[in-house]
Parts: sequence; C-alpha cells; structure tokens
Amino acid sequence: MASRSFNGYRRENGRVGIRNHVVILPLDDLSNAACEKVANNIDGCLALPHHYGRLQFGADLDLHFRTMIGTGSNPNVAAVIVIGIEPKWTGRIVDGIAKTGKPVEGFAIEGQGEINCVAAASRKAKEFVQWATELQREPCDLGELWVSTKCGESDTTSGLASNPTVGNFIDKVDPLGCYTCFGETSELTGAEEICAQRAATPEAGEKFMKTWQAYMDEVIEPHKTSDLSESQPTAGNIAGGLTTIEEKAFGNLQKIGRTTKFIDVLEPAEAPAKGPGLYFMDTSSAAAECVTLQAAAGFAVHLFPTGQGNIIGNPIEPVIKLTANPKTAREMGEHVDLDCSGILRGEMTLDEAGDALIDITIRTCNGRLTAAEALKHREFVMTKLYRSA
Amino acid sequence: MAGPDFLVHDAADTVGVVVVETAEAGKPLTGLVMETGESLTVTSLDPIPLGHKIALGDLSVGDTVLKYGHDIGKIVAAVKKGGHVHTQNLKTKRW
Repeated sequence: MASRSFNGYRRENGRVGIRNHVVILPLDDLSNAACEKVANNIDGCLALPHHYGRLQFGADLDLHFRTMIGTGSNPNVAAVIVIGIEPKWTGRIVDGIAKTGKPVEGFAIEGQGEINCVAAASRKAKEFVQWATELQREPCDLGELWVSTKCGESDTTSGLASNPTVGNFIDKVDPLGCYTCFGETSELTGAEEICAQRAATPEAGEKFMKTWQAYMDEVIEPHKTSDLSESQPTAGNIAGGLTTIEEKAFGNLQKIGRTTKFIDVLEPAEAPAKGPGLYFMDTSSAAAECVTLQAAAGFAVHLFPTGQGNIIGNPIEPVIKLTANPKTAREMGEHVDLDCSGILRGEMTLDEAGDALIDITIRTCNGRLTAAEALKHREFVMTKLYRSA
Repeated sequence: MAGPDFLVHDAADTVGVVVVETAEAGKPLTGLVMETGESLTVTSLDPIPLGHKIALGDLSVGDTVLKYGHDIGKIVAAVKKGGHVHTQNLKTKRW
C-alpha cells in the first residue's frame, strides 16, 4: 500500500500527536479536586482524576508512576501541570515527563493549602494553554502513527468481520513503519499457543507464553469461578452468541491480521523500545484499563471493534469504534465510527473494510472527533496490581 | 443475490454463525465457508438469533467443537444437525 499522510502535531521529541491537550494530572486521589478546579478555571485544560497514588509499593507503585508519566508523555498531550499532595513524588512525575522536552510543571498542596496551590497552578495552566493553542498541525506520514487496538462487548460478528477489519489495517500499515499494539492477556486463553506462533522471534514467543502463564497462575487460578462469574465471556458476549473463552480468544486474535508478527512483549504501560512493529502488552481485557495502559505507552489512536456495542472512550487517545453487527449499527449508531456489517451480507470485502478503516483513522488524526470524543467519553482507569500497604 | 444466512470460518468447523437477524426453525439456511467459498445448506431445528451458532452435523456429549478450525470447547448436551449451539450444550475446557 502507498503511504498516506495526515496533519498532526510534531512534539519536541519527534513523536507525532493527533490531539493537543493541556493535561492537569493528579499524582494521587487527594489531588483530584485541585486538578478539577484548575481545569474549571482555565479553558482548554483536561483534568484526569483517578483513584490511586497513595501507599502503593513495589511493582504496583512502579506501574502507577509509569502510567502517570506515560500519560503526560503521550504525544497527544502538549503540556502538563502535575498536582500532588507533597512535592517529592509530584517531582518524580514532572521529571519523567520533562524527558520528552514538553512544558511540564509540578505543584504541591502541603505547605500552602489547596486554594493557593490552585491559584499558582491556574496561572501556569493559562500560560501553557495560550502557548499550546498557537501550535500548528503539520503533514506527517501515516507510518509515524502509533496505533493500539482492543475489542469489547464482542460477539461472533467481531470474530467474523470487525476484528479481521482491524487485522487488515494492521497488515497494511505494518510495512509503513507504524508502531502497533494489542493486549488482553486472559482473553487469549484457548488461542495462546496460536498467538505465540505469531511472534517474530522464538524469544518473543517464549516471553508471551511466560506472560500469559503468569496471568493464569497469579490472577486467574487463585480466584477463578465458572466462566469467571460472567466475565469471560461477559453477559453481553453470551447474548451476542459467544459461548466459551476459547471461541472469544480466536475471535480476539483476528485483530492482528494474517501476516504481521509481534516483535516484543510489553509490561503494562511500558513504551515499546525495539523499533517499529507490532507489540503485545500484558493487560486486563477490561476496555478502559487496557486503553489507559496503551495510551500511557505512547499510542496516539485506538481501533476498537465491538459486537454488542461497548461505548468506551479515553481522555487523551481517541478511540475509533467499528462494528459488523447490523443491529448494533442501527440501535447504537451514535457510538459507531465505522459500520462494516456489509461484510456479513457479502456487500463489502475485508480489503474494502480495511481501507475504510484507514480513511476514518486519517480523518480522526486530522481532527475529526470520534463518536466517543463527541459524547465526552473519557474513561481513565488505572490498573492496580494488588492492595495498597 | 441475497447474502448467506450463516457463515463458517474454516472448512473443518463443526458450527456456523447465523448472520441474518433471525433464522426461523424448520427453514433451510444457506451457508458460506469463508476459507473456501464453498456453499452448504442446513435446516435449522431451532430459531437461532443473529450471531449465534448452528450445528453443521450431529454432535454428541464429549465432542470437541471446532470453529476457526480450532477447539472452542466440548459438548455437554447432545445437539442435532441444525440445532442451536450455545451455553446449554457447549462448555469451555478452560474454567
């Protein structure tokens, strides 16, 4: 396929963004209120409240910082204000984001109270917004785009058509040099060996199997119930005709196409570091958790096939929804960016659907709001590995 | 020409997926094997909703069900050719 271009924001570190947010990022749950006050004071700011950041330790704390720093570092973000209860951990996030070269400044609540903190942070936020709103989009090559994918409220039409449409997209953009990412560790159960065969190297395949087995041993086995208590498959999956996790897994795997191989396995929210290509990330299969981790790893746009109609969005990474279920396209049309149900009727080929997905992705990169953005879906959900201290 | 009533991923599969909004009981349904382009006809024994599976042959307790050419679970209650295959007769082997 000949490459295409879109108009994006080229950041200080060379990465390309498709949105231009000034983010007000809380270090911890206590700082949500201050962040929301700043975003309320200054137009064009986006507060990202969340539930965590206190008394975490070890790998769970590392993931917290990786998610916070990664979110601020995402190229869809122009500049960041970080607010925390105390200055030390606030500074850790600021220093991490500063490595991208983008404007970032931290404010602590202790020692001055929330009102003074909000006043100081609001002044800086105003400065950042006025600077960011003068940045101009410039032509970027499609191969510079980082694309993640995850499916949700899947049904059998996902495995038949909407997931293969994403797969067709991945097979077409992989040779252009795109970074792409899939995840959903537990949801590959039943298809794990077939997935491992899609690794580009024996090392990547072994790393995948080790990651999948660890999820089974540490998360699923100690807590499992029949069909994981209507969670794998979900009640929505079952209503849509999916019966078992194995069936769901083979459908899920259609998203990585027929020819593309994954080159490495990422920790949750870990930025890819082995060059262009497809990456597997160890994630939950819950939509908002997975997309939040992929956005924190630096992915700029998300492809989300749905069967029964999952309505998820993300505050910083636009989520493009596609469905092949004609009933969902009809009843939940306001959540759908691309209807590929024509594949089931023999009216559209997979190749045509993949091209249509590339078109809507380029329009999204140029600035068109996705259905989820227009509907203000901003699900920002941190993954937590275990209870806090 | 009208599209198929059900689709089959792989020639080895023992179930197909209904892609019309409702397949009535007792009606001959036309299917398409996506891998080969081959057509087949199966008469449905039950009303089968969009996205739900139809048995392409008689399936007995303990049989492995194939879809995408792969094992998607085991039969726990016998189902005849044309029957609705779902949670009442198919169970995961994993959990």
